Amino acid sequence: MMSPMKNLPMCQFFTNSRTYVPLLLLLLGLQQGLAQELGDHQYTTEAIEEGSRVYTQQCALCHGPQGALIDGVDLRRGQFPTVRSDADLRNLISSGAGEGRMPAFELRDDEMNGVIAYIRAGFDADGIAVKIGDPGRGQILFQGKGECASCHRVNGVGPRTAPDLSFIGAIRTPASLQRNLLDPATALLPINKSVRLVTRNEETIVGRRLNEDTYTVQVIDSQERLRSLKKSDLVSYEISDAPSKQPTTLSSDEVADVIGYLLTLRGLQ
Amino acid sequence: MKTIKLFWLLNLFAAALMAALNVSAQVSYDRILNAADEPENWLTYNGGYSSQRYSRLNQLTPENVDQLQLKWTLQNQVFGAWQSNPIIVDGIMYVTERPNSVMALDAITGRVFWKYRHVPADNALVCCGANNRGVAVLGDKVFMGTLDARLVALDRINGQPLWNVEVGDVSLAYSVTMAPLAVKDKIIVGVGGGEYGIRGYVVAYDAETGEQAWKTYTIPGPGEPNHDSWQGDDWEHGGAPVWITGSFDPDLNLTYWGVGNPGPDWNAGQRPGDNLYSDSVIALDADTGELKWYFQFTPNDGYDYDSVQVPVLADIVFRGTPTKVMMWANRNGYFYVLDRVSGEFLVGKPYVTVNWSSGLDEKGRPIPTPQPQGMPTYPGNQGGTNWYPPSYSPRTGLFYFSAWQDYATIYRAEESEYEPGRAFLGGGFSVLAPAPGAPTIGIGRTNPINNWTNEVGHASLKAMDPQTGEAVWSYDQFDVSDSGMLTTASDLLFTGGREGYFHAIDARSGDLLWHVNLGGQIVMAPVTYMVDGVQYLSVISGHALSTFALRDR
Repeated sequence: MMSPMKNLPMCQFFTNSRTYVPLLLLLLGLQQGLAQELGDHQYTTEAIEEGSRVYTQQCALCHGPQGALIDGVDLRRGQFPTVRSDADLRNLISSGAGEGRMPAFELRDDEMNGVIAYIRAGFDADGIAVKIGDPGRGQILFQGKGECASCHRVNGVGPRTAPDLSFIGAIRTPASLQRNLLDPATALLPINKSVRLVTRNEETIVGRRLNEDTYTVQVIDSQERLRSLKKSDLVSYEISDAPSKQPTTLSSDEVADVIGYLLTLRGLQ
Repeated sequence: MKTIKLFWLLNLFAAALMAALNVSAQVSYDRILNAADEPENWLTYNGGYSSQRYSRLNQLTPENVDQLQLKWTLQNQVFGAWQSNPIIVDGIMYVTERPNSVMALDAITGRVFWKYRHVPADNALVCCGANNRGVAVLGDKVFMGTLDARLVALDRINGQPLWNVEVGDVSLAYSVTMAPLAVKDKIIVGVGGGEYGIRGYVVAYDAETGEQAWKTYTIPGPGEPNHDSWQGDDWEHGGAPVWITGSFDPDLNLTYWGVGNPGPDWNAGQRPGDNLYSDSVIALDADTGELKWYFQFTPNDGYDYDSVQVPVLADIVFRGTPTKVMMWANRNGYFYVLDRVSGEFLVGKPYVTVNWSSGLDEKGRPIPTPQPQGMPTYPGNQGGTNWYPPSYSPRTGLFYFSAWQDYATIYRAEESEYEPGRAFLGGGFSVLAPAPGAPTIGIGRTNPINNWTNEVGHASLKAMDPQTGEAVWSYDQFDVSDSGMLTTASDLLFTGGREGYFHAIDARSGDLLWHVNLGGQIVMAPVTYMVDGVQYLSVISGHALSTFALRDR
């Protein structure tokens, strides 16, 4: 999960982009005679597929197949340090960025449109047809029967031991949220695994892993304290492969409602 | 009056005498040839022609290494991976800064004497960052290759440019990122561009004039031997770049170069044949560039297994016979020992999980076992290792390098057409991740939080015995490492990693002796030198070059 510090600019971006993007797409489309790009989904499947090809060839080497290998940039989830509109994106790709870290790319118009389409489509030409239900009902399930709120925190309410979900709608696709609810074992990101540490002073620390390197590990413990431990001070360090939650027993309609609610969680409005 | 006049005359005479004497303080070919005999200096990218990165200095020892103290730091003024390797000559350090600047600094204080900036042409194109790995020195000059494929000679004393020649066509994405190699009176470089459909080569220039002395293509043209390892016109854009500094054996008069991947990278089916001399080591005559022998590690490579590792040379008793060997931990996951006189294959064993091949035959040729579409290939795209300079200690008889363990890639091949100056990759890849959409490893590290974890891959420093081809010990890290190695006569081993730790390790046992968190990825190899009787140790982490020595007493 992302830290709140990093999420702040992203959430600003998301609230703004929702207003700008369709307008700019419209303007761009009219201006450049690309009206055919504007369907129900703004960009055509063909453009997204072309973009997938261009992305793989020109961008993936540095940005990675998931688009998140450069810190502060998550292309698939639309997180950029400076870019807001598609025009910004176009401009950045053609002139380079990051004080020479990203070179300028000379792309043909169809390639440029494609790569932007691919980024805006969240790297997914088809997507998975995930049912999205009623956010209001979803919120009630989240707080009640679903038992989500007993571990997860949203907008300042709830425990911090599990990842905070205030921004989850901005950083997860519906398919990924669904997988997490139905089959948490395969969806669990390795960094988020539960850990159990025993120190030389015979203190036992149970918590969620936040970061790790060769000599140290950082966790948030069950008392919500941030702890950094030297591995050389530990007599035992266990990482659990089991997610701390079970696959949900909610009905499929109820799962759809919860997803609907989670998708509304986009941080501070 | 008269005495004063005489005094000045004597002074002038003394100055002229000093200047004349200074000629002997130049970096002559003889000095580089015998670099091991002056361990107070670090005269080539790999610390000498045999590229052992082994220093005879022994002031730092396993007993006192925990007394290391920071002496100075030089902050880089630009962002991005700092892969440069400093050169040290008589108390002066020469280090490059991306994209193409050279600085000369006082090796005791880190203060800069001069800085030369080369601004690469706007259309310079490199796959993996605006990297530069350092300079070569020879005589009174310092030499740097550039991102826009030029070679620049500077006055070593005042940093003024003396000549500047074109090495390759920048509009076709040729580039130079390696530190040049100075041999006799020549400066030798290779070209990058393996992701852009270049035709690679190694080229030598007269150090005085910049005039081209010889040029040898890494892909044979029509009529040349092994041209038939390519079909049709594939050879014209077959890649095979050379982007890491080679080695030199003065007795055999051979220079050795690791050659990079064939292009397009991931569609081997698009270029049938062995694609020589991609993914090979080539032995070139130092005076003429003539190819004397080659050994290909990965024929018809579809995994981007560049063989751009540093050829490490040593004279050892190999299984009872004194042998001139070359040791090579290859990106393809195998560790090799070759006879460097003939190129004959002596040893080859996997040092990480390898599943693209089931083994090597008696001549060292891999038996291919390509994985089904969508299945992971081990090692992954960045390889079991890569360009990170290894070290060989003649004292321990062991070869040390950074391996990437438990790291795999799923490749996708597709037809691609060559277009001048554009990426020519033939598909793509994704790194095997433990959960769908989970973060993975990239070319460098930019995130202070390791949210991909060791489940995607991690570093393992391996100490290899060339007699058996097997690791005697390993030292694992949680993240991967692109750091090179340094060993010393007191059996210390220094290395870094992406986490920003600088580690001192016992070269015999593999035990950790000391480490410090420098905070940024270490993507070069540490160096050591001595000035005024003090042994220094320099390492670049993130955007800072830090120099250590023992605590003042």
